[in-house]
Amino acid sequence: MFQYDKYLRLEMFPHIWCAGCGCGIVMKSLIRAIDRLAIKNDDICMVSGIGCSSRLTGYVDVNTLHTTHGRPVAFATGVKMAKPSLHVIVITGDGDALAIGGNHFIHAARRNMDLTVLLFNNGIYGMTGGQLAPTTPTGKVASTARQGSIDPPFDACKLAVAAGATYVARGTSYHTQQLDRLIEGAIKHKGFALVEILENCNTYYGRPNKIGLLDLLQWEKNNTLNVKAAERMTPEQLEGKILTGLLHQSDRPEYVASYESLMARVQARAGAAD
Amino acid sequence: MSVQTKTPVIKLLQGNEACAEAALVAGCRFFAGYPISPSSEIAEHLSVRMPQAGGRFIQMEDEIAAMGAIIGAAVTGAKVMTATSGPGYSLKQENIGYAAMAEIPCVIINVMRGGPSTGLPTMPAQADVMQARWGTHGDHPAVALTPASVRETYDETIRAFNIAERYRVPVTVLIDEIIAHMRERVVIPDLEEIALWERPRPHVPPDQYRAYEETPSGVPPMADFGSGYRYHVTGLYHDQRGLPNDTPEVVDALQRRLMRKIETAIPEIAKYEEVNLAIKEARIGIVAYGASARSAKAAIRMARHQGIGVGMLRPITLWPFPEAEVAALAHRMRHLIVVEMNLGQIALVVERIAKGACPVHRVNRVTGEPIPPEQILEQIEKLAKS
Repeated sequence: MFQYDKYLRLEMFPHIWCAGCGCGIVMKSLIRAIDRLAIKNDDICMVSGIGCSSRLTGYVDVNTLHTTHGRPVAFATGVKMAKPSLHVIVITGDGDALAIGGNHFIHAARRNMDLTVLLFNNGIYGMTGGQLAPTTPTGKVASTARQGSIDPPFDACKLAVAAGATYVARGTSYHTQQLDRLIEGAIKHKGFALVEILENCNTYYGRPNKIGLLDLLQWEKNNTLNVKAAERMTPEQLEGKILTGLLHQSDRPEYVASYESLMARVQARAGAAD
Repeated sequence: MSVQTKTPVIKLLQGNEACAEAALVAGCRFFAGYPISPSSEIAEHLSVRMPQAGGRFIQMEDEIAAMGAIIGAAVTGAKVMTATSGPGYSLKQENIGYAAMAEIPCVIINVMRGGPSTGLPTMPAQADVMQARWGTHGDHPAVALTPASVRETYDETIRAFNIAERYRVPVTVLIDEIIAHMRERVVIPDLEEIALWERPRPHVPPDQYRAYEETPSGVPPMADFGSGYRYHVTGLYHDQRGLPNDTPEVVDALQRRLMRKIETAIPEIAKYEEVNLAIKEARIGIVAYGASARSAKAAIRMARHQGIGVGMLRPITLWPFPEAEVAALAHRMRHLIVVEMNLGQIALVVERIAKGACPVHRVNRVTGEPIPPEQILEQIEKLAKS
């Protein structure tokens, strides 16, 4: 049996997440990935924004920075630049990263800043009571879209690839073994790494849309397809499926490394001038 | 290249340059910014100097991000700064509040221009003084410094770091565009003579560390992220361990401690200049700060030639406001005049403190031009005749 205790602040439990929420499943997956990589708690900094998933930083026994709504990537940029030895992991939600924090998200990807971003996508604003998110599927009901949303949803992974991210993956809270590997790969990757995690909010997404918890989990299973399996399938078979797995990986200079080489150049020039 | 200077050096410096150089002397090794007039020279200068000094410079995607990035860097132990102007200062308020709540030392330079909104880029104003006090939501401590010369910008930038670090509080330096873009002769002080204050750090082992514990000074020791002291930093109300807690007792204790730690530090933070207040015949007192105080000084000289006794109290630390000193002045003078490039933001404060002990008059200008000494002299002459 895997022991989670050494990574948790046990005095913080019970947690605030609803019964059936996907956040706890993802947190355990993250902990298993860290354990596999054998990174010391002291060498990890987790930075989160505001929302249900962002409460995760309160529960894990590492250096934790619970910031303002949408801003964790900006705070994390400061942490990473000032102390590159830290593994900086951003915990964010779909509203946090793609609505109010969209600008920080794309620019950190553009810089290829060495951050691991775990984007918990439950398709709704859970903490504030089920309002429309930039990821809510068109037609679904939210407390600010009672007649069904007319907004098209964002594809976080395509956005990240277009912005310049060098590791882009999608997992679900149903496929936990796959998720462990994707998170592990993201932490190991040197550069901007995104793992979008499809999870469920049965309280504020399931209930208003009359979808039960089991059906929400079944949806994660039935509507996703591993990118490797998809390679062998026809467009008809792929219709309506969401791809999971490692969707994109590329090699580009990482920002902190670029800054450090600039600094070395500047200082060498000054040294020569002296 | 080192930022150290061994002997006092005389330089012709622009206000913004003096600010940037002073930040390096104070130990600032992380700057994040976003271009905005009239503060951009600070970022431009530090983009060159920061890597030379072994520090980190980054131009962020927006003002909010710049404020967030410096807070992130500060929790790892770095001394940090950002620079902006009115519209950017508005955007930063969210994370300034975070820094106040989570007690993160940081320095914000606001080179004031005319507002509201985009207003008057690259023209002077002093219209952000109330924003520097109450710009972010909720009751919170605020420290703001208002230099009136390029040399003073140098000194006050260093002092801003000292106060931010010692009291774990965001400190704003309110420079007006006049001082920021003016070039003046600056005698660079001998580094040996500059006192640098550091943030309190823990003396207990990590397992005994409580990140937000009650201390006699009200300032808890702050451990660097990554130094073996793992703790939680949040903008939520939190207990002494730093963990989220919204019970009434915890909320009340934290809210009051945040205010108290600055109130009790006023003797160390306060700084003001008295001009001609020692002379007995002074019956008119001026309260002015920043570039407006320079005009007021000229007006005082002109009035003295006419035999009118005028003195001035110039707050250099604007927040916390020198309440006791202004109260004493109100009781001693027949009239007070508040001179400022806004429509009376500090005059309201002076009126509250004077409590009717003497009338409080206003000399204001909001045209994007400095207040000429003649405008102040006119008010002095009118009061002298009455």
